[in-house]
Amino acid sequence: MKVIYIEKAQWASGLEKAGDSFRLWGPVRRGQFYAFEELAGGQVPALDFRNTRLSAKGLVYPQSEKMFEYTLDPGQPDHDLLKEAQKDYSPRAVLGIRPCDADAFELVARNFDTPEYQDPYWLRAREAVTLVGLACAAPCSTCFCTSAGSGPFSTKGLDILLVDSGGNFLAQVATPKGEAFAQAAGWRQPADDAAAAEIDRQRQVAEARIDSHVATERLRQQDTLTLHAAPFWDDVAFACINCGTCTYLCPTCWCFDIQDETHGRQGVRLRNWDSCMFPLFTLHGSGHNPRGQKVQRVRQRFMHKLKYYVDKYENGIQCVGCGRCVRHCPVNIDIRKVCELMNSYTLAGDSCAVVS
Amino acid sequence: MQNPYLPYAVRIEDIITETEDKNLKTFKLAFENPADEEKFAYAAGQFAELSVTGKGEIPIGIASSPTEKGFVMFTVNKVGLVSSHLHTMQPGDLMGIRGPLGNSYPWELLEGKNVVIIGGGFAFTTLRASIVYMLDPANRSRFGDIHVIYGARSPGMLLYRDELAGWEARDDIHMHITVDATDDPHWKYNVGFVPTITEKKAPQADAETYAIICGPPIMIKFTQPVLDNLGYGHDHIIMSLENRMKCGIGMCGRCNIGRHFVCKDGPVFTLAQLNGMPKEY
Repeated sequence: MKVIYIEKAQWASGLEKAGDSFRLWGPVRRGQFYAFEELAGGQVPALDFRNTRLSAKGLVYPQSEKMFEYTLDPGQPDHDLLKEAQKDYSPRAVLGIRPCDADAFELVARNFDTPEYQDPYWLRAREAVTLVGLACAAPCSTCFCTSAGSGPFSTKGLDILLVDSGGNFLAQVATPKGEAFAQAAGWRQPADDAAAAEIDRQRQVAEARIDSHVATERLRQQDTLTLHAAPFWDDVAFACINCGTCTYLCPTCWCFDIQDETHGRQGVRLRNWDSCMFPLFTLHGSGHNPRGQKVQRVRQRFMHKLKYYVDKYENGIQCVGCGRCVRHCPVNIDIRKVCELMNSYTLAGDSCAVVS
Repeated sequence: MQNPYLPYAVRIEDIITETEDKNLKTFKLAFENPADEEKFAYAAGQFAELSVTGKGEIPIGIASSPTEKGFVMFTVNKVGLVSSHLHTMQPGDLMGIRGPLGNSYPWELLEGKNVVIIGGGFAFTTLRASIVYMLDPANRSRFGDIHVIYGARSPGMLLYRDELAGWEARDDIHMHITVDATDDPHWKYNVGFVPTITEKKAPQADAETYAIICGPPIMIKFTQPVLDNLGYGHDHIIMSLENRMKCGIGMCGRCNIGRHFVCKDGPVFTLAQLNGMPKEY
């Protein structure tokens, strides 16, 4: 993979130049957290964060997004007809995204880009975005990316991966989109072989720092109905308050709702993030609810990520190991522990046989 | 890129109040743009999202047969926001439909086979589509014996009553209409719950006979043992499911049963398939 040097002295000026042809987003400090925001001209992203509180999911897939506009005014010739909402899909770059969060886009693409149907909103926004990632030299204690198919130096989903090397960044240019962004920023100083070796050295150090892991190798062979009926779900769900924080923070949660919102005679058809933690998510018009109980909803979240997805795509778990749900769950539910319960579950281990 | 969320514009041509409680109305819809009808090529058993601008969308089984041209038809129970609003709409009003969505009844598999249709209440819509499809002169010879067991609470709660009477008069379809109870002295069909009538009237199972069953959970619960007793294998029992839906194309995440989406992988599953899936429907 092509590697270039970016002297830190040329970082801000390069971004300024790139700003002529790209809208730029990057982490900005907000209180004790960091959030992705659009950068004003001359503003540089804050790169001293571990990770942003929310992933960059919303930059491609907004929490609330207009799909269509309409008028209900019978005097208008196009009344009651849905019209495509105007969108800005001009080129944009996300600076400083962590490799796990970039990998999440690859994973979510399996939901929105299928042989039968393509979601135009997600795909166009994804196409418009260039991802300039920042390698993780100092992972959090809750990070388990290396056993979730990603890694602190993974380039999956990224167009450029920046590795901090003191006075400069070593930039791995992974795609033509990354090449175009580097050109726009005027970063073109090729790095020598020593740079690749330095990246490799740092990668090994960073990977070794991740001491949290999940075992997933038995998930595929597990029987769906057996896992579904396992007795540990009551324990897992006991403390859950169905707040939905896990699903909203998760870079790989993709579920949504569609709603019409009318003001006077004008309105929009919106789609909003939704959550399998909420009873309304599955409530039938009749009042029947196939996942009306909390334990059914908690089980759905973990079964989806760690079993249904695994079986459907044969591409590992629906999780990149960012650890946000672990850090922010108000009742300390830990996906790593649930994964272990699911991975190691055997019917024999469930027996209540009295050993004499 | 085609936008799968954009409905085709349709105009309400006719509205028929089907049942005596007036809670079920059939909407006959015509495409505003005739070319859209071609694009909306469907098979019996599929559904569509009905879109009422300003209210939202609802997934409803297609009650018309693909052999019926010039319109599509949906029978809607008045339940929630969209369906209640739909019930106030008038012929001439504009709305939208998105689809066709989901799989259909397995028509290739059913070719040359005997078909036993078992329906209850207002879950008879895609079954009506199936019957009209099979009885079409171009199709009737492609199927063996056709039995229909259809029940409702009372005579006035049966859907498509004129058509039912027409089918009763034919000799190429065995109709077994029933009601739970009635005080109508002129009622000339069966009285009894669907499972009971199934026990009496449904043919014995064989490899060439498939049952399609669609109805309220309580009917399905008590009909299944009857079919078991008659010897129907679970891969010969075909069911159509419902779950709450939004997108209808397998993306929004809510209608899943295990790894399968009712909207995209279903709504039609065999009982054998359902036996291997969590009971989240």
